[in-house]
Amino acid sequence: MNNKIKRILPQLLTILFVVFVFGFFTINAQVNMDNRGIDFGFGFLSQEASFDMQFTLLDYDGQDSYLWAYVVALLNTLLVSFLGIIFCTILGVIIGIARLSQNFLIKNSAAWYVEFFRNIPLLLQIFFWYYAALRALPLPENAQPWFGVTYMTIKGYYIPSMIWENLNVFISCLIAAIVAIIFIRIYAKKIQEKEGKQLPVLYMSLALITILPLLSFLMGGVTLDFEIPVLKQLAQTSFIYEGGVALPPELIALVLALSLYTSTFVAECVRAGIQGISKGQKEAAASVGLTPNQILKLVIMPQALRIIIPPTTNQYLNLTKNSSLAAAIAYPDLVLVFAGTALMQTGKAIEIVGITMLTYLSISLAIAALMNWYNKRIEIKEK
Amino acid sequence: MFKHLKQLTSLFAMIAVLFAFTTEAMAKKSKTLKNTQKKGFVRCGVSQGLPGFSNADASGNWTGIDVDVCRAVAAAVLGDANKVKFTPLSAKERFTALTSGEIDVLARNTTWTLSRDADIGLTFVGVNFYDGQGFMVRKSSGITSVDQFKNGISACTNIGTTTELNMRDFFNSRGISYEPVAFEKADEVVAAYDAGRCDTYTTDKSGLAAQRTKMKNPDEHIVLPETISKEPLGPVVRQGDAVWEDIVRWSLNTMIEAEEYGITSSNADSMKTSDNPQIKRLVGAEGEMGAAFGLDNEWNLRIIKQVGNYGESYKRNIADTGILPDRGPNQLWTKGGILYVPPAR
Repeated sequence: MNNKIKRILPQLLTILFVVFVFGFFTINAQVNMDNRGIDFGFGFLSQEASFDMQFTLLDYDGQDSYLWAYVVALLNTLLVSFLGIIFCTILGVIIGIARLSQNFLIKNSAAWYVEFFRNIPLLLQIFFWYYAALRALPLPENAQPWFGVTYMTIKGYYIPSMIWENLNVFISCLIAAIVAIIFIRIYAKKIQEKEGKQLPVLYMSLALITILPLLSFLMGGVTLDFEIPVLKQLAQTSFIYEGGVALPPELIALVLALSLYTSTFVAECVRAGIQGISKGQKEAAASVGLTPNQILKLVIMPQALRIIIPPTTNQYLNLTKNSSLAAAIAYPDLVLVFAGTALMQTGKAIEIVGITMLTYLSISLAIAALMNWYNKRIEIKEK
Repeated sequence: MFKHLKQLTSLFAMIAVLFAFTTEAMAKKSKTLKNTQKKGFVRCGVSQGLPGFSNADASGNWTGIDVDVCRAVAAAVLGDANKVKFTPLSAKERFTALTSGEIDVLARNTTWTLSRDADIGLTFVGVNFYDGQGFMVRKSSGITSVDQFKNGISACTNIGTTTELNMRDFFNSRGISYEPVAFEKADEVVAAYDAGRCDTYTTDKSGLAAQRTKMKNPDEHIVLPETISKEPLGPVVRQGDAVWEDIVRWSLNTMIEAEEYGITSSNADSMKTSDNPQIKRLVGAEGEMGAAFGLDNEWNLRIIKQVGNYGESYKRNIADTGILPDRGPNQLWTKGGILYVPPAR
C-alpha cells in the first residue's frame, strides 16, 4: 500500500501542477483582459486588413482579409526558409568536403570561412548585408547590367520575367519526363538485381529531361518570351526598372545572411559525417575493385548520410526559425506583417502571437517529419 | 516520507506565490494612482527618439512635448516633475505595454482613432498635438507636389502605424501603384530612405520635420506641402481607471488653459492673488480642484511651475529646436488655432 502511494503520488502531483499552471495562466489572462475591456476572439481574421505588402507571391491587396494577409506572409516566410535551406545545403556540402581536401589552401580557406561566419551573430550579419553591402549598390540609373539584361541596384535585383504560352503543355511534358525517369530507375534496379547488368541511368535521365520539354517547344506550341526590365524615370533623380521581376533587396540580404550563416553548421555536419566512416570501409571497397566514384556513392555516402541527416535537420529548423529576424530589415514575413502590423491594427495580441507560435511550431514539425522520414529511408536495414 | 513532505511544502509555497499574483491581478478596483504614489514615479511610455516629442540626450534626460505631459502628471500626483520613469517603445510595442500594465501613461505621438479608442482597451485623454501625414522627398528629384508621384514609387514608413493605412488610401484613391517598405524602427526608416532605398518617406509631418534633422544632409530633403490625413496625437491611458484617466486629461488641459490665461512657470506664484477667479482656480488658490482626483489643491500650480504651460513647452521643444517654428493649428483658439479645452472649474 505504502509503496503504491509512493509510486502514484509524485505522478499525481505533477499532473495537478501542470493543470494548475495552465489553469492559472488561462484564468489570469481572462480576468485581466476582462478588466481592461479586451475581447478575445478570432473574428478579426475575416476583417479587411487595409494595409499593403511590399512583396507577395500570391495576389494580395489591402482589401483582403487578415486571414489572407496571414497566408501571404506565411508564404513569404516559407520562401525565405526554402531558399535558405537550398543554398545552405549546397554551400554546406561544398565547404564540408573542402575542409577534408588534401589541398592546403582549399582546406584552410574552408576552415576560415566556417570559423568566420558561424561566430558572428546572425542579426549582425543580416544588418551587414542589408545596411552595408547592399547599400553600396548603385542607384537604378547608374546600374551596369549583369549578364546583359539584369540589374543589381539599391532598390532590388531586376531580372527579366518569362512570358509563357501553353505553359501547361510544358509542365505536363516535364512531369512525364520525371515519371519516366522514376520508372527507368526502378527497372534498372531490377535488371541489376536479376542479371547484374548496369543501365546508364544517369545519361538516360538527362536525355529524357532535356528532350521531352524541348519537344514541347517544337511540337506542343509552347513559346517562351522574356520581358526585359527597362529604366523608367519617376522624377528628375528617381528611377526604377519597369517590366521583368524585381527581387527586393530585403529578400536578397536575408537569404544571403541565413544561408551563409547556416551553411557553416551544415558544413561541420557533413565533415563529421564523412570523417565518421572508418578508413577501412574505403580500403575494403577499393580492394573489391570499386572505382573512386562508386566508393563515394555506394559505400561512403550511404553511411555518412546517416550521421549527417539528424544534426542537419536541426540546422534547417534553426534557419526556418531564424528567418523571423526578417522583421529587422522590412522583409514582409510572418513576424513583421502578422505579429507586427496586424497585431498593431487589431490589438489582438494573445490571439495573434498564439497563431504565430503555432505556425512556427507546425513548420518546424513538418520539416522534422520530412527529415525523419528521409532518415528512416537511409538507415541501415538489418537483415 | 519526510522527503516527500519537503517536496510538498515547496509545491505549496509555489502555489501560494502564484495565488498572490492572481489576487493582485484580479483586484477589480484599479489603483494606478495609489501604485504610482507607492512606487514614487510615473511610468511613462515614450518613443525611441523623436526630436521635439520625446528624445533622450546623451546623458539620458528626456525632453519633448510628450515627455512634458508625463512630467506634468508626475508634478501633479508626486509633486516632482522629475519623478518619471521613461520606457522607450516601438510603434508595435506601445499598446501592449500599456494594456499589460508595464506603463501607466503612453505619451508617444499616438494618433487618436476610433478603432484604437474602442477596440484595444485604451482611452485617449486628449490631444497635445494636431498633426497630419505628409511626404518627404529629395530636393534633387524636382518633385514639389504629391501630384507628381508616378507608378512604381517606393515609400518608406513604419509598421503598425496609421501611416501605413493612410498611405494605402492615398495611393489607391489616386490609382498610383507603389512599393511600401515598412520598418519597425524610425531610425531604420530614416537610414533606408537616406540611402536611396525609397523615393519618399511618409509619416506625420511633425515627425518628418523632426527626422529631417537626423539626415546626413537635411538641406537635401523637403517636406511636400500636402497633408493627406488628420493625425490628432495625444496621451493614452488604460481603460478602466476613470480617476487616473481624469488626472492625465486634466494635467494636459491645465497646461493648455494656463497658456490661455497667461500663467507661466515664472509668474504662477504671483497669479495666486489675481482678481480673475478662473486664474485663481488654475493655481490652486480657489475652489477644491484636486479633491475629486484624490489630490491636494496645488496640483495644477505644481504643473505650471515645474513644467510650464503648453506654449512654453511648445516653444522649448518644437519651436526653438527649429522643428516647426510655426505653431499652425496647435495655437490657442483665441489666436486662430484649434487648441480649445474645457474649463477647469
